[in-house]
Amino acid sequence: MSDAIKPGEGAPEAAKPAPAARKPIPKRPVKKPVVMETTPWEGPLADALKGRFGEEISLYGTYRGQNFIEVDVKAVYAIAAFLKNEEAFDYLVDLTAVHWPKKERPFEIVWILYSFDKNTRVRIKASLPDGGKAPSVTALYNTANWAEREVYDMFGVEFDNHPDLKRILMPDEWEGFPLRKEYDIMRQDEDWVRENLKIESAQ
Amino acid sequence: MPDTILAPPPPPPAPEATLLDSNELVINMGPQHPSTHGVLRVILKLDGETVLGAECVIGYLHRGVEKIAENRTYQQFAPYVDRMDYVAAVSNGLGYCMAVEKLLDVEIPERAQAVRVILAEINRIASHLLWLGTHALDIGAITPVFLCFREREEALKIFEKYCGARLTTHAFRIGGLQYETHDTFEKDCLAFCDLMDEKLKEYHALLTGNRIWVNRTKGIGILNAADCKDYGVTGPVLRAAGEKWDIRKAQPYSGYEKYDFDIPTAENGDTFDRYMVRMEEVTQSCRIVRQAVEGLPAGPIKGKIGKVIKPPPGEAYVSIEAPKGELGYYVVSDGSLNPYRLRVRPPSFVNLGALDKMCRGSLVADVVAIIGTIDIVLGEVDR
Repeated sequence: MSDAIKPGEGAPEAAKPAPAARKPIPKRPVKKPVVMETTPWEGPLADALKGRFGEEISLYGTYRGQNFIEVDVKAVYAIAAFLKNEEAFDYLVDLTAVHWPKKERPFEIVWILYSFDKNTRVRIKASLPDGGKAPSVTALYNTANWAEREVYDMFGVEFDNHPDLKRILMPDEWEGFPLRKEYDIMRQDEDWVRENLKIESAQ
Repeated sequence: MPDTILAPPPPPPAPEATLLDSNELVINMGPQHPSTHGVLRVILKLDGETVLGAECVIGYLHRGVEKIAENRTYQQFAPYVDRMDYVAAVSNGLGYCMAVEKLLDVEIPERAQAVRVILAEINRIASHLLWLGTHALDIGAITPVFLCFREREEALKIFEKYCGARLTTHAFRIGGLQYETHDTFEKDCLAFCDLMDEKLKEYHALLTGNRIWVNRTKGIGILNAADCKDYGVTGPVLRAAGEKWDIRKAQPYSGYEKYDFDIPTAENGDTFDRYMVRMEEVTQSCRIVRQAVEGLPAGPIKGKIGKVIKPPPGEAYVSIEAPKGELGYYVVSDGSLNPYRLRVRPPSFVNLGALDKMCRGSLVADVVAIIGTIDIVLGEVDR
């Protein structure tokens, strides 16, 4: 029995051929852009803007076929008035903001305009420092009334010369601006919840 | 460069001096009121029976959808959009998927595009049916709501057969479709179109020539085309004011340029015209569905897209013609798995902004008709 092969024991290890060293898989060169890859925007409308405005417009860009300009926030009203009155951009599609807390000017306000005659959209973007104010375009487009209230409600950005700037979706007494990046998704105004809903927490 | 360029905007006009008038009365409508279609509160300022002004108080259904988007991946957020305009969930999903696809720059196969069009148009019919039923109910006609819900049920059955859900469908995925169509899909869709063509006659017989209906809707809540543009009002309200504008024609998406259909318009921009425009839109939607079903191409239903959705840094605004107007998504990506910022441009929210303008000078009983005719869904207003 002593020289019988015990079950489970196969041929000695040395008999197996040594596994060939695995070839390292060559890494595919993946080009990942780290910033938005825009191309310059050229066209009659861009030329018209270039002719009328100078350094107020710092960038004419196109991304995914959509045109935008980056402007000085002080000139937004004048640019919107020019686009509305002389270039027939008579419809303010949307007005919103993006919060970039790490940037020097953390708030980016975005106006999206549309022209029924030209069937084209253009985006106006302007950055604001913390606590800065943007001009209201309510005198040009009534749509801006509620849209600016929503931006104020969610980001705390104020608009100069808005007829009635107050919160629109959140309760009037709410503390904090929910769409700012430092506002955690679970955060809430505990005092308001306790006082008005008579519960300890809404979570 | 002249100094006028940097001139500040003009100051807002001074508020009108309030005269102490014993006839002026401020009353509160809602938020718990059956004809506000949800939780909308309207503060009405009245002089006797005449409305001097209306202020909307909204936000009762605010769930912070845009904040949720920043904390979910692109796929995880897709079902949330169905909960905004819950009577037109398919359109919401279509707009969201298209916005992310624009950032990813992917091609969607033709079959997926055609199925998307079919389902979106059936959803438009379902949304208009719900609008018609509740709007007529607000004005005092009880019968249409039962008829409309009966036909709407057929539309919901198609959704249920296709994806298992009736209302919050989550029918589409980023890059195409999740499911292949079921065996009787084409037959069901065509049968539904035939049914609608027949039943529309019934609605017209009930309402269009009805003297009470005409008296309650003609000349009520007029909004002309210039005011529509000023307030950003889109959809059937804009078309009823005479502006022939529809994103499906102006900037076609998802293959709408292949189908032959008309944009119904009217002239007066009153409540009756909006009713007629929406009724005609149902007919046109049936036309689109028939063409799409007959020309439904074979092929894959999902584009070349990875399992991990990570758009490159960038931003895009994509809008579609939802049943209520222009529904837009402005998505900003920073190259991570979650949207950096996702803004929804809801048609209901913007259209509701014109309520004050439409109500001024009308009678208090007509406010109910005007709220109904804008066709709002509070889940979308408050998000």
